[in-house]
Amino acid sequence: MTVAPHVPSRRDWLLTEQPASRRQARLGQAYRTWLAFRGNPLAMVGLGIIVALILVAVFADLIAPYNPIVGGDLRTERLLPPSAAHLMGTDDQARDIFSRLVHGSRLTLMVVALVAVIATPIGVFVGTTAGYFGGWVDTVLMRVTDVFLAFPRLILALAFVAALGPGIENAIIAIAITSWPPYARLARAETLTIRDSDFIAAIRLQGASSARIIWGHVVPLCTSSVIVRVTFDMAGIILTAAGLGFIGLGAQPPQPEWGAMIAAGRRYLIDQWWVATMPGLAIFVVSLGFNFLGDGLRDVLDPKARK
Amino acid sequence: MALLTVDDLRVTFPTRQGPSEVVRGVSFTLGRERLGIVGESGSGKSQTGRAILGLTPPPGRATARQLVFDGIDLNRASPRDWRGLRGGRMSMVMQDPKYSLNPVMTVGRQIMEALKFHGRLSGADKRRRALDMLDAVQIRDPERVFAAYPHELSGGMGQRAMIAMMLVAEPDLLIADEPTSALDVTVQVEVLRILDRLVTDRGMGLIFISHDLRLVSSFCDRVLVMYAGRMVEELRAADLHLARHPYTRGLLNCLPDLDHDRHPLPTLERQADWAR
Amino acid sequence: MTPLIDIRDLDVRFTAGASQVHAVRGLSLTVAEGESFGLVGESGSGKSTVLRAICGLAPTWDGTILIGGRALPPRRGPEFFRQVQMVFQDPYASLHPRHTVDRVLSEPLAIHGFSDRETRVERALEEVGLGRGFRFRYPHQLSGGQRQRVAIARALILEPRVLLLDEPTSALDASIQAEVLNLLDRLRTERGLTYIMVSHDLAVVAHMCDRLLVMQHGQGVEELTRAALRARAATSPYTQALLEASRGYTAA
Ligand SMILES: Nc1ncnc2c1ncn2[C@@H]1O[C@H](COP(=O)(O)OP(=O)(O)OP(=O)(O)O)[C@@H](O)[C@H]1O
Ligand SMILES: Nc1ncnc2c1ncn2[C@@H]1O[C@H](COP(=O)(O)OP(=O)(O)OP(=O)(O)O)[C@@H](O)[C@H]1O
Ligand SMILES: [Mg+2]
Ligand SMILES: [Mg+2]
Repeated sequence: MTVAPHVPSRRDWLLTEQPASRRQARLGQAYRTWLAFRGNPLAMVGLGIIVALILVAVFADLIAPYNPIVGGDLRTERLLPPSAAHLMGTDDQARDIFSRLVHGSRLTLMVVALVAVIATPIGVFVGTTAGYFGGWVDTVLMRVTDVFLAFPRLILALAFVAALGPGIENAIIAIAITSWPPYARLARAETLTIRDSDFIAAIRLQGASSARIIWGHVVPLCTSSVIVRVTFDMAGIILTAAGLGFIGLGAQPPQPEWGAMIAAGRRYLIDQWWVATMPGLAIFVVSLGFNFLGDGLRDVLDPKARK
Repeated sequence: MALLTVDDLRVTFPTRQGPSEVVRGVSFTLGRERLGIVGESGSGKSQTGRAILGLTPPPGRATARQLVFDGIDLNRASPRDWRGLRGGRMSMVMQDPKYSLNPVMTVGRQIMEALKFHGRLSGADKRRRALDMLDAVQIRDPERVFAAYPHELSGGMGQRAMIAMMLVAEPDLLIADEPTSALDVTVQVEVLRILDRLVTDRGMGLIFISHDLRLVSSFCDRVLVMYAGRMVEELRAADLHLARHPYTRGLLNCLPDLDHDRHPLPTLERQADWAR
Repeated sequence: MTPLIDIRDLDVRFTAGASQVHAVRGLSLTVAEGESFGLVGESGSGKSTVLRAICGLAPTWDGTILIGGRALPPRRGPEFFRQVQMVFQDPYASLHPRHTVDRVLSEPLAIHGFSDRETRVERALEEVGLGRGFRFRYPHQLSGGQRQRVAIARALILEPRVLLLDEPTSALDASIQAEVLNLLDRLRTERGLTYIMVSHDLAVVAHMCDRLLVMQHGQGVEELTRAALRARAATSPYTQALLEASRGYTAA
């Protein structure tokens, strides 16, 4: 009998305690995080939902069987119940609801992505700067944050949209402008707990500039909890966008935005329930997905918050 | 009757290389006395202490054939029982005070929080007790330290704030994990006096974890020596210099000595079979 | 000969809310080039604060600090950090939890614009007795002694002349303490470094330092040579108490 020589697998290479290069160390760390994440079934469900959403948005043209904007015959195809031809039925303009949902996923994804891309950096920047410098910088930045925090988000967004004019782009800007303050608070709180620590003093002793310290040493420690928080907020952002759409200040008809679709369907809620319910279900599933994902991310990225 | 009985305590952490047992079958009994635990870094001293208080960090798991505190079987204690015991009847001074103190809460509030186990005390009463305790651990201006945040304290002051926090609750069992490593020797002696008084006058049981062999041999009644998760030796503290295990002997040998010049200091050659 | 470090009438105050802490009051000391100088004293007596004031980490201070005969400016420039470095008390708190050893060591080189970073990092690790296997580890993959050695390597990588050591071994057990002390000893003889070392362990101070200053309430109370310390020839009551207490615990 021969003994097979031990061939180091890719897994061993990633999990080694003695990485031989910068890349291996970083990949190993990422792989460990992924392994921990994978151990949480609900988080995987959440990730699955989000990945599915992205795939649907990317391949919307292939998936959707009908045109989302132009309906069918208004006399024969209005408000049809779900069937094999129309999986989720049709709406009052004789448009296929399933196709509209599929195309609407692009809008939802765009809202989510743009808000995350705009609001997160603003929040992190304001929070870490205020926390790191303290003193009057802190006072000024935090008072501004407080002003934003004092209003309910939807109301503030409403005010912005009213000023900028209705439309999906303005809705996104309004939501982004109104959603950074909690991230700034969070980033500031995290910064306060680390700015007096020895490792920050040590890097100052190496002669690093404030910008370098904030960017290279403080921000990496704040981002994980902010990312977790952003993920949890995604559900709220989708709902706010839908809410704006619902009252006619977000996406404009005939764009297939989910909130606007619910608004359009509410007149038929009793007799043609599917018109409002299908987009509602879509919002519900995606929000749930982001919540599960946030829960899983919190467990792996933010050990302090672990129950 | 023994205050605490520990039989075959084991603590295991799941790792990617399979479960790793960091405490491997530790057994001892503790009366109302001072028991020292010494051993090298990573030998499982802190994990032993945490396991007794049911504070093994997840995903770690602690098991024991027997774990009895003052007639209460801790293996079968419900979360409610634990809440009644921890902080009030048994508590632990953690090794890293700067990590264990809340950085954004004043020291005074944290100490007053520890007094919640003492029935209903008025705010002023709590404050007075907290200040008295800070004074007892030799803090020079208790009023200032009471109102200070942890980062405004020196290393030794943070450590004493932590001790004060654990002692105000007057526990029956105290596990002190390197409580005096950042204190100068005169203050150290005073802190040890307080602990000593609590043991002799109030009958507290004390587990004193330390790497300072001289201190342990002069302060404690008995000493356990741990190596790689196992108890390798149990001695009367006064007989520490008679230790047999090569690890204990090596440890004693590498201490610098006030009276003799030894350059370089001898270091310890660890043998693989000590860990078995 | 002018001393390398000359501190005269150093005063440090902290303001915390409404109250003021006068942490160091009129402290003076001199350290010659290549000497190892000890600071011992009561906990909270301002030892760490003296080191922090030298490095510019204390907010407000008065008095003069001369390094190599030149007074330090209120804001320390890059030139200063290439001469003076510090090792902190707590090895668990002084390394960034998300940076590898490699990043910790190359950061100062990047700040000061060194080009041969690779070789310098490798040499620094070798010097403190950590092999290549440690280069890409994260702090949580290191023991306390290994972390402290990384901190020492970080302080040495800019090749300073002065090393300020704030209780470098108090968090370490006896066997690792011996390793770190031997390492510091060797580096000092090889490189002609100057140390100021804070410790509360008189045996460690006697082992490492030629002279020492005893501090209490932010003031220096007594200066001793190693020989005087060994002879227990202390005059101030506090130093005598310190010597007495360092014999171990005796029930009152
Ligand atoms: N969360 C964890 N996951 C995995 N291993 C752990 C964890 N916490 C501790 N360990 C391991 O348990 C072992 C014992 O740790 P412990 O903290 O009890 O050591 P110690 O004797 O207190 O050392 P020191 O003197 O440095 O404080 C160590 O080898 C450590 O690596
Ligand atoms: N950031 C700060 N804000 C307010 N007070 C401070 C601050 N840092 C230190 N102090 C105070 O200055 C005094 C001296 O502290 P320092 O850290 O220098 O003491 P130390 O001699 O190093 O003590 P130890 O041996 O306990 O570390 C203490 O009273 C401390 O409370
Ligand atoms: Mg420990
Ligand atoms: Mg100090």
